[in-house]
Amino acid sequence: MSHEEAQKAQKAVRIEIDRDELEATMRREKEELERTWARPTGLLGWFTDTDHKAIAKRYIVTAFIFFIFGGIEAALMRIQLMRPDNHFLSPDKYNQIFTVHGTTMMFLFAVPIMTALGIYLVPLMVGARDVAFPRVNLFGYFVYLIGGILLYTSFILNTGPDAGWFAYVPLSGPAFSPGKRVDVWAQMITFTEISALAGAIVVIGTAFKMRAPGMTLNRIPLFVWAQVVTSFMIIFAMPSVMLASGFLASDRLIDTHFFNPAEGGDAILYQHLFWFFGHPEVYIIFIPALGFISPIIVAFSRRKIFGYVAMVLSLISTAFIGFGLWVHHMFATPIPQMGQSLFTAASMIIAIPSGVQIFCWIATLWGSKLNIKTPLLFVLGFFAIFILGGLTGVMLASVPLDLQIHDTFFVVAHLHYVLIGGSVFPLFGGFYYWFPKWTGRMLSEWAGRLNFWLMFIGFNLVFFPMHKLGLNGMPRRVYTYLPETGWGTLNLVASIGAFILATGVLVFIINVIWARYAGAVAGDNPWGADSLEWATTSPPPNYNFHNLPVVQGRYPIWQATADAPVVRGLSTTKRETLVTSVMDAQPELRFEIPGPSIWPVLVSLSAAVMFIAGIFTPWAILIGAILAGIALTCWFFGDPNYENKTARETGERSEPAMPAPELRPKEV
Amino acid sequence: MIETRNTILKICALALCCSSCGGIHNALNPTGPQAQNLSRLWWLFFIVCSVVFVIVMIALLLSLRNRTTEPPVALPPLVEPPREQERKRRNVVISSITITVIILFVFLIASYSAGRSMTAELAHKNGLNIELTGHQWWWEVRYNDVDASNIFTTANEIHVPVGVPVTFSLKAADVIHSFWVPNLAGKKDLIPGKINTIWLQADKPGVYRGQCAEYCGFQHARMALWIVAEPQEQFNAWRQNQTQTSVTPASDSQKRGQQVFLTSTCVMCHAINGTPAGSNIGPNLTHVGSRNMIAAATLVNTRDHLAQWIKDSQQFKPGNRMPQNNLSDADLQSLVDYLQSLK
Repeated sequence: MSHEEAQKAQKAVRIEIDRDELEATMRREKEELERTWARPTGLLGWFTDTDHKAIAKRYIVTAFIFFIFGGIEAALMRIQLMRPDNHFLSPDKYNQIFTVHGTTMMFLFAVPIMTALGIYLVPLMVGARDVAFPRVNLFGYFVYLIGGILLYTSFILNTGPDAGWFAYVPLSGPAFSPGKRVDVWAQMITFTEISALAGAIVVIGTAFKMRAPGMTLNRIPLFVWAQVVTSFMIIFAMPSVMLASGFLASDRLIDTHFFNPAEGGDAILYQHLFWFFGHPEVYIIFIPALGFISPIIVAFSRRKIFGYVAMVLSLISTAFIGFGLWVHHMFATPIPQMGQSLFTAASMIIAIPSGVQIFCWIATLWGSKLNIKTPLLFVLGFFAIFILGGLTGVMLASVPLDLQIHDTFFVVAHLHYVLIGGSVFPLFGGFYYWFPKWTGRMLSEWAGRLNFWLMFIGFNLVFFPMHKLGLNGMPRRVYTYLPETGWGTLNLVASIGAFILATGVLVFIINVIWARYAGAVAGDNPWGADSLEWATTSPPPNYNFHNLPVVQGRYPIWQATADAPVVRGLSTTKRETLVTSVMDAQPELRFEIPGPSIWPVLVSLSAAVMFIAGIFTPWAILIGAILAGIALTCWFFGDPNYENKTARETGERSEPAMPAPELRPKEV
Repeated sequence: MIETRNTILKICALALCCSSCGGIHNALNPTGPQAQNLSRLWWLFFIVCSVVFVIVMIALLLSLRNRTTEPPVALPPLVEPPREQERKRRNVVISSITITVIILFVFLIASYSAGRSMTAELAHKNGLNIELTGHQWWWEVRYNDVDASNIFTTANEIHVPVGVPVTFSLKAADVIHSFWVPNLAGKKDLIPGKINTIWLQADKPGVYRGQCAEYCGFQHARMALWIVAEPQEQFNAWRQNQTQTSVTPASDSQKRGQQVFLTSTCVMCHAINGTPAGSNIGPNLTHVGSRNMIAAATLVNTRDHLAQWIKDSQQFKPGNRMPQNNLSDADLQSLVDYLQSLK
């Protein structure tokens, strides 16, 4: 009998002895955690609750409502374009509708809903109690909500923006868009910028400093990697559009002439600033979706991801290259051929990291025994649609070809193939995959399949004919066309497809409502998946994990040994979580996370005063700044105690951080 | 009358040809060297991309052939797949990426050389120089010439000689527009404060339709133009006619029409060379009777259309800059007589 065996025997005995006491301790701890992390209730509670799961769910619901609005707008446009010379919508209505459709889908649906999934899942996947800056997170949500309400209030009052979702000057300038329509657009952009930046900071802070011990940089789940990469892109891209929309607003409101050629300004400058943001924006929407695909494929193919390192490097290089191809939106402007060629090359290079990921996913699926459930079905739909969209993207990257198909329905087809195929299909897959975690219930598989096929067929019917329409000369953003152009038939097909697509979304909504009350109970890990969000209950408790886990591999649940250690020593009476090092996730200190607060919502309201009243008078900026200053000061004052010294200073380092193998919750 | 009927027949024929699969507004029906280059490039991209798409889809479908009905939970996960198997897959993935890179290089070179052949010759192509100015929502066309007496201005209908390279200087009077005649060439933007250039050439006589391709506001949808390509002699005759001042009204009705024109709101925006009307806010009407279409290629230039357009243009192009005109029927008919006589 070796020494080790002897130790093991001894340990077993100790557990036997401690079990009763252990159980009592666990119960007490759970009760304490329950109390400490209790969420405020009532109306006021709604404004102060900082729980990341609650905020994320609100984000998801809000963004989905905007998605439905955007979809209704799309349906109205399809009715108008169903036949030539249709009089369903006036040109003014049509122009407002397509502008609000684009703005909604980009700024109020796609970006926030991707952030929302990150806010919900990143803390769970890295094994943290909450996000890094829960109050900033709450602030971000309210700013976003106010921005969305602003846009739709003005739209309902018939003062919706009508200059397109990228609002090119001079059309959007003071001379050609009088009134307040474009001002509303520009300020709405400001709101969403701030909200996206808040979300990005929260995600980066959480993923870099709050990972469970053992989750070194090369064990971070691909979902989290995708969220981190996206967040960095947001931080670098948003300032550019902030300049564009800020300059535009000041041209309109206080008569600056940044974009007025008659006064030495430059109309093309706006396009550069906008697209320096606008193209990365596409990847800000698309990269999180890549993060949904990997866990779904891994869970269903029941094996490790093929080429983890290649996948991570692809995500990062996509982000870098994504900033180098904005000019391919501007090939028709006077830019010399040599300069344009650089952007052609960059636009084609970006196909390589996308290709790497697609090949790696196919290699992961290859030969695996598959039970194709709805989440995987949506991912397979992604492959078909996104690859087609990616290939038309390569066509658009070529300067001469782009000159033929730029600003036509071909581009409309392309962008919907990459954005719906690349983001919305994985998103729906993600909904089906994580819905059990969010609600504790499964969505109906049967309805899921119906939902998928309606969306898949409907989508292709709407957008595939648009490629041909574009080549046949139909420009985008036209409210009608002459019968002689011969664009009627394909437009009719597209309109029929739109209604099939809409039916698919309707099936999804019914499925969600039904499953919320009557869906099968899911259990903790219905898919037998590998990542940490499945290691807690469905839905997770307010404090996420009773004991924060210690990670033993890239696939924490699959690789957990029977005696997997957990983190002990965090306070159960304070909102404490563990801060770890960026590279190796070595425990560094216990950190008290701020709890519910009224100040974030008040800061966002003062920002609202500043931006919305700022449309009418520059004085609002001053008043709003003072209000925000007061609210921010209060926010920083009454904070929870930050008396927690770093572990290093107090010499406590080993105590909270050391995983205690003898306390294994699994055995309790 | 006969002439009107001829025009209508011509338009009907055009409409047919527009809706047939060849089409006068179609990037895949090239009739000039520019569009031909582009269409060759398109077919290269199209075929290669289609093949790539099919291959990837087959690979995807093959990867799905091993199916099970067991729930995923019941299947044990594989964290350490066999090394040999992984190595094989790695080789396949790496070769696929290599092929992708090669294809992209081919695309890049093809695209660059096509682009070069289209822009490099720009300096030498000066058969005819046309200055095209975009307005909300019509096109001002000015034929430049070294001889100032040959310079003239027209709108929305651009006549070009067959087989001669034509250089366009593109400008904008208000917002950004985009000039695009898919049968002849790709598009170029008309940007306020900048001059953009493009050249194109029509190899076959015919009419080619183009439409503004950059969203330019309210009536972006109804801002089209026609390029009429005709043999050199015919073009010269047309050009000769366009440089003349307007014809003097012959009949009483036409004379009255001219007076209506000069004494009503028309004169505040439109010019008719040879009369006191000289404003350049709207299209120049010196030879409006000779055009096939009015309202930026929206309506066929018939008597009825013209009368309806003058009376209430908002019913055809809501939001356009032309006001309603409350002319008496007699005045309106005389005005139309006069305008139609401006050949």
